[in-house]
Amino acid sequence: MAGQDFLDIAVQIAFVLLCLSFLLTVLRVVRGPTLPDRILALDMLVGVGIGFIAVTGLASGVTFNVDIAIALGLVGFLATIAFARFVLVHSKKGDDPQLQVKKKT
Amino acid sequence: MIDALQNYLAAVLILAGSGFALTASIGLLRLPDLYTRMHAASKAGTLGSCAVLLALAVHADDPAISLRALAGVVFFLLTVPISSHLLARAAHGAGHRLWEHSERDDLKTMLEQNDSTLPRLDLRQSRPI
Repeated sequence: MAGQDFLDIAVQIAFVLLCLSFLLTVLRVVRGPTLPDRILALDMLVGVGIGFIAVTGLASGVTFNVDIAIALGLVGFLATIAFARFVLVHSKKGDDPQLQVKKKT
Repeated sequence: MIDALQNYLAAVLILAGSGFALTASIGLLRLPDLYTRMHAASKAGTLGSCAVLLALAVHADDPAISLRALAGVVFFLLTVPISSHLLARAAHGAGHRLWEHSERDDLKTMLEQNDSTLPRLDLRQSRPI
C-alpha cells in the first residue's frame, strides 16, 4: 500500500519523541520545586499517555484503546481539579513549607 | 489513492503531534516559574495529543473509531483550559509568586482594586476535605 513505509517510519519517530517528552516531564515531576509544578507535570503526563495510546492504536491496528484514552483524559481532568482544590485548602492551613519560606523573604 | 492519502496525512499528523509534545515538555523543563510552564504545557501539550488523536481518526477505517477519536479531541479541548485555569487561580490564591522578572500581575491588581467583575474563587471558605 502506498505510503505505508512512510507511516511506519513516522510511527517509529513518534515513539522516540513521545518517550523523550515523557522522560523530560517525569524529570519535572521529580525536580518541581513546588506542589503546583508537580500537578502541572502530572497533567502533562496524562496528555503524553493519550498520545502513546493513539500512536500504539495506529501502529498495531488495535483501536479499542481509544476508549481507554478518553477515560484517561477524564481521570486526568478530575485529578487536576481535585489537586487544585487541595492546593488552595492546604495553603489556608499554612503547612506548606515552601510557601512559608517564600512569604518570609 | 484514499489509502495513500490517509497514510500520508496520519504520518504528518503524528509527527507534528509528537513534536509538539516534545516541545511542551522541553518548555516545562526550561521555563522559570509555574505560570510560564503552564503556558507551555497546557497549549503545546494539548495540541500534541489532539493532533495524534486526529491522526488516529484519519487513519481508522471504521467510522465508529474515528468518531470516538474526534470525541476525545473535543473533550480534551474542552477540559484542559478549565483545569489549567483553575490550577493557575488556585496557585495564585495560595500565594505562589510569579518569576522575579515578570512585569505584570493583572490578577493581583484586580484583586487589590476589589474589582466586582472578577469571579470569586471561594474554595477557601468551604470545609476542608
